[in-house]
Amino acid sequence: MSQTGVNRRQFLHKGGLAVATAAAMASAMTVIDPDAAWSMTTKALAPETAQALLRMSRALYPHDMLADVYYGKVVEALDAGADDDKLFNDLLNDGVAGLNAINGIPFIDLSRGGQLAAVISIEGSEFFVAVRDTTVWTLYANPLIWRYFGYEGPSAEHGGYLERGFDDIAWLPKA
Amino acid sequence: MAIFDKNDDSVVVVIGSGAGGGTLSRELTQKGINVVCLEAGKRYTLADFRNDDNYMFELVSWLDPMSQSGDIAKHRATPLWTCKTVGGTTVHWAGNCPRFQPHEFKAKTTYGGLPGANLLDWPIGYDDLAPYYERAETAMGIAGRGGRPQLPGNNNFMVMQAGAKRVGYRKIHTGYMAINSEPYDDRPACRQIGFCMQTCVIGAKWSTLYADIPKAEATGKFELRPESMVLKINHNADGKVTGAVYVDAEGNRQEQKARVVAVAGNSIETPRLLFNSESAQFPDGLANSSGQVGRNYMRHTTGSVFGIMPKPVNWHRGTQMAGLVEDEAGHVPDRGFAGGYYLETLPLGLAIAPAVTLPGAWGRDYTAKMEKYDHFAGMWICGEDMPQESNRITLNDTERDQYGLPIPHVHFDDHQNDKAMRNHAYKQGRAVYESLGATDAIEVPPFSSGHNMGTSRMSEKPQDGVVNQWGQSHDVANLFISDGSVFTTGAACNPTLTIVALAIRQADYLADQMAKNEI
Repeated sequence: MSQTGVNRRQFLHKGGLAVATAAAMASAMTVIDPDAAWSMTTKALAPETAQALLRMSRALYPHDMLADVYYGKVVEALDAGADDDKLFNDLLNDGVAGLNAINGIPFIDLSRGGQLAAVISIEGSEFFVAVRDTTVWTLYANPLIWRYFGYEGPSAEHGGYLERGFDDIAWLPKA
Repeated sequence: MAIFDKNDDSVVVVIGSGAGGGTLSRELTQKGINVVCLEAGKRYTLADFRNDDNYMFELVSWLDPMSQSGDIAKHRATPLWTCKTVGGTTVHWAGNCPRFQPHEFKAKTTYGGLPGANLLDWPIGYDDLAPYYERAETAMGIAGRGGRPQLPGNNNFMVMQAGAKRVGYRKIHTGYMAINSEPYDDRPACRQIGFCMQTCVIGAKWSTLYADIPKAEATGKFELRPESMVLKINHNADGKVTGAVYVDAEGNRQEQKARVVAVAGNSIETPRLLFNSESAQFPDGLANSSGQVGRNYMRHTTGSVFGIMPKPVNWHRGTQMAGLVEDEAGHVPDRGFAGGYYLETLPLGLAIAPAVTLPGAWGRDYTAKMEKYDHFAGMWICGEDMPQESNRITLNDTERDQYGLPIPHVHFDDHQNDKAMRNHAYKQGRAVYESLGATDAIEVPPFSSGHNMGTSRMSEKPQDGVVNQWGQSHDVANLFISDGSVFTTGAACNPTLTIVALAIRQADYLADQMAKNEI
């Protein structure tokens, strides 16, 4: 029997998509990204843990065209899960502690290559799977990133694609 | 809408309101027969639906726990993708409706003996079902049948069409879709919205939710009870079923008495209910004297090929599965396998594409592919898989659900024939896109199964299967199975049209037998 991994079902039930509710709580902690380009708030995760998870999510699904703020949405989802479930909170904190211990250098201070090597070294662990699956389900579900990929998203409110290019492909060979 | 007394034992109880149960309910009530339909899920309207893959998945999917083993467990965390909602899986489906090919009703005769395959000919042939296919197509408004035009081809179709022609295919078109190409049955024409699979928010796609259920209600002979999860079917000392025990929307246990019970819970919940209805008289489960309940579980030989094309495609624009290549659907043993397969267009929205294309894949090589999202073209493989006795639904020995019942366990291994077919289809699918200069192609493993068939199969002889040609239990005369569970073999095509046709045929028989007091 196989029941491995955080699948979409479990992830959705964890409230991962309800990230908006996680923001701006009275007890919130402010996380400023290492480049100081933006900030976010967390409820359960310490700022340095949140920063490490952000770097890890980027190492997992790197898109150079996407600013850190979009990976911050992944961290918000992880934070919401951690706030909701102590076991999940422990999993994330222990996981980051493990990443920090690999080289005796904090994960967020590692070079990009060093971060990738550290993530590879824990591939398959429960912590790895949780962050990987939360990233893949959260990052791409954010409508704000779709334009970078050429995805146009919901169309019913625009009358569908019937008059908006559903059959506009022009480069195919005639035969 | 009618309200029936729970002790009214003159009604037909239909369990499930999807393709089988919803159709059967409409047909019977239109013939004047009283029906109580017990549906585990909630009733939604089109206003509840959105163009949002994850929201819709959460809203209508069957999320009760189940366990899995075998090849089915290799790629996906959950074995199935079915629905718990009024309308069942007709809410959440693509709408592709080819008919079986005549030889596919005679799989054992046509394919011969394949080691490990529990093949059997259907107790009916194509000619028996042909008039019911026509009635089903009329009821559903299938585009491309009955004089109704086919849907127009979208970008993803045109890529598949151009590539398919280059590799020598000839039977390429936009398919037989349960999606209106022009207004029909008070439902609008398709607007090429996309998101077909995740429910059509304008109702251009047929669903029992808004096509059949309201018609049944209009007869005054129909009561739908949503959020009513059936736990057990009761029987009397004569071995006839007498009613269904269920938990209602308020969490109270109820029993609805019945003259006839028809089960249409999809191919996992149907055998599970029969097992959970075991008694001293039926110790191996209701209707299981053959030992075939739960066995011969089929889910089609599937997979997908996504081509990354040299220029943008915008595959997400338009009807998702209106694209069909029929050239590989026949039985051509020279290819190294029995049976055939279709190639059908299939795009994925970006919200789900990275997660479900190659589950677990990560890293820069993978994200580089995803950055070419607007260059993707995609097709799904749908082919016949071989029934095997060991591919089966059983009750989990240890885990219980929220009602205290054993959860279902799904075991499925590919037959060697399935592997050979999938391998052939992957190669052909790649060739289609590579013929147009695709820079890369991704061979996508099977998704969680949407086509679930065979676990209460039809047979001529009682020892070979669970029901006869009418879907009537060989053991219990007033117990019927009305969903894809009854498929003797799976054929190559998508199953819904055949489920609907069989339900219409069953309704004619049931009404006749009730009128003659045979049941």
